[in-house]
Amino acid sequence: MSDRWVAVLSGGLSHEREVSLRSGRRLSAALRSAGLVVEEWDADTQLVHRLHEHRPDAVVVALHGGEGENGSVQTILEMLGVPFVGTDSRACRRAWDKPTAKAELARAGLTTPEWAVLPHATFRELGAQPVLDALVERLGLPLMLKPDQGGSALGAQVVREAAELPAAMVGCLAYGDTVLAERYVEGVEVAVAVVDGPDGPYALPPVEIVPESGVYDYTARYTAGLTDFHAPARLADKAAHAVGELAVAAHRLLGLRDVSRTDAVVAADGTVHFLEVNVSPGLTETSLLPMAVEAAGASLGEIYAGLVERAVSR
Amino acid sequence: MNLPGQHPKQGARSLDPHLRRYAARTAGMTASEIRALFAVASRPEVVSLAGGMPHLAALPLDSLSAEIGDLIAQDGLVALQYGSAHGVPELREQICDVMALEGISAHPDDVVVTVGSQMGLDMVTRIFCDPGDVVLAEGPSYVGALGSFAAYQAQVVHVAMDADGLVPAALREALASVERSGRRVKFLYTIPNFHNPAGVTLAVQRRAEVLEICRAHGVLVVEDNPYGLLGFDGVTYPALRSTDPDNVVYLGSFSKTFAAGLRVGWVLAPHAVREKLVLAAESATLCPPTLNQLIVSRYLSTHDWKGQVKVYREAYRERRDAAISALEQHMPAGSTWNKPAGGFYVWLTVPEGIDTKAMLPRAVTQRVAYASGTGFYADGLGSRQLRISYCYPTPERIREGVRRLANVIKDEMELHETFGPTAARRAVPGPQTPSPDTA
Repeated sequence: MSDRWVAVLSGGLSHEREVSLRSGRRLSAALRSAGLVVEEWDADTQLVHRLHEHRPDAVVVALHGGEGENGSVQTILEMLGVPFVGTDSRACRRAWDKPTAKAELARAGLTTPEWAVLPHATFRELGAQPVLDALVERLGLPLMLKPDQGGSALGAQVVREAAELPAAMVGCLAYGDTVLAERYVEGVEVAVAVVDGPDGPYALPPVEIVPESGVYDYTARYTAGLTDFHAPARLADKAAHAVGELAVAAHRLLGLRDVSRTDAVVAADGTVHFLEVNVSPGLTETSLLPMAVEAAGASLGEIYAGLVERAVSR
Repeated sequence: MNLPGQHPKQGARSLDPHLRRYAARTAGMTASEIRALFAVASRPEVVSLAGGMPHLAALPLDSLSAEIGDLIAQDGLVALQYGSAHGVPELREQICDVMALEGISAHPDDVVVTVGSQMGLDMVTRIFCDPGDVVLAEGPSYVGALGSFAAYQAQVVHVAMDADGLVPAALREALASVERSGRRVKFLYTIPNFHNPAGVTLAVQRRAEVLEICRAHGVLVVEDNPYGLLGFDGVTYPALRSTDPDNVVYLGSFSKTFAAGLRVGWVLAPHAVREKLVLAAESATLCPPTLNQLIVSRYLSTHDWKGQVKVYREAYRERRDAAISALEQHMPAGSTWNKPAGGFYVWLTVPEGIDTKAMLPRAVTQRVAYASGTGFYADGLGSRQLRISYCYPTPERIREGVRRLANVIKDEMELHETFGPTAARRAVPGPQTPSPDTA
């Protein structure tokens, strides 16, 4: 048991506020059950004042999207000298921008689906159709479109026909100014959580995701029962080892700290493709990290209580 | 997709072990990215033009708290006890006095008190509709009503409106069309005054015609009238129920004229219907909350409640004016809207090509929220419309919210110019409107 008291930050102003509030509530309950004293704080205009006034032993960032994952909140915590669980501000910025993270990992030799980054301005200035034609010519179909920043699959869409592209682009650009278009890789979709331990980062059992609709979109993520999960994933030993290695490599190469979740797909030929990484993994009732923790025979409260101790002693 | 009755695949872990037990009517009850966006609307940084929360700051809270304290002290053993499913008799008498303002002559026995008029709507649908029955409703219509109809697996056929409300010719046409298809129309659901979401009012000269058409086709009329006393010029319109007591079921509410959180509404129905409603209500809730009914009853007898309605009217008129002047100042060409003469809502049509549902994430990013038009139709229409609720924010916030909304629309127009008319709409599953408490 610990006598630490921590502030769990959740909510915020991003599109993922609802998910973050749920993550925050679940994490807070888990930490309380591990014996910590927990307060749940929104990331609002009172945050800096509260941090000054109350000085928690540590902050746990359960914010998703926007300021909670792009390094902004982490910068504040660093400036104020408040220990916190999670990745530092600089590495957050790298991981938050999906194309930046992909490029860095590709340079290091990891496999990731071919991609193109397309700001709205590119379409506006060069004309939408020629750019879309070039995109299909280069990457083929189907394509995965997603906002270059953000999570919870908001604005993400699989495009199988060229005629669907303009509408999908409009849908994606409602969430941000830039689209990340990736070659869509069919295969076994997995999520691998990585936790920092005394001997370095280690991977929890991969969780296999089988959405009944075929696409792991917002509805499939947050409606219990619309997606089946296998934890650990039904992978051969070699592939299971490979996805774990990929996730740990992504965690190390991007300079992530304490906890991360890598999303990947294992193609039919066994190749493991990195898709994206999350510095603040979801912790809701339908989220993947808690399933991985359970599959590892651990408890969410114990793991995060351990991370709190690491943060305090840094 | 796992539909009700299906098992998850062998060896897979489903996060909902009850999946195969759900009724078929739960099929649409899924998480929605659009609904999740409204979580941000509760933050003060966001101007929410989405929710229909009444302006309670105008209530005399000090005197109310004294009355409620006295009520508990004097009548606590009654107020905190079970009551009749029919409702507190004294309140039912007072409700008749309220309805008299709109020309209704009723006996208190024919009033059934409900947990908000939403429960009344649910009860009426429950006793009249079998799966597959048709309900006629204005297009657009109140999202809570569409939810009730869907819960009982009724099919909604929309009837067109214009600036004078429901169009009688369209009603005739809809009835004929449904009858030709061999289906059965159970009732017409209508909001004649200061419509939610369209903001229009059924012209007085059309009211008799609408009643006559329904009577000729053997179709009951369900009149939902939460806003009738909130006309900005102080004029009230004759309720449909006032001229056709045998073929109109009337739904009323104290949510807009007093306090929404008390959840006190009522149904006025012909004797035989009322008997069934009481039994249906008994099985649903045993009885409406006695304490809340007695609070409303005390309020009506001890406060100048008509004066309070006038205060509300003036507050809402000021807000309506703020919304309309901001729309005139900021909205791009190609946008149209109505100027409501009462109630809470402006119905805005945006320039062609724009999908208000797909635009919502951009709006939330720019710190303004609204209700997309698609939630107010059962048939997928409304993507070019949105509802502006001016009831809750201050006039200054309304002006700022409309200014932000105009910028969002302009950005979206630019996006559509870029991608052209082939950028067809994207289906977004799940509920698409905010819950009522999202302000």
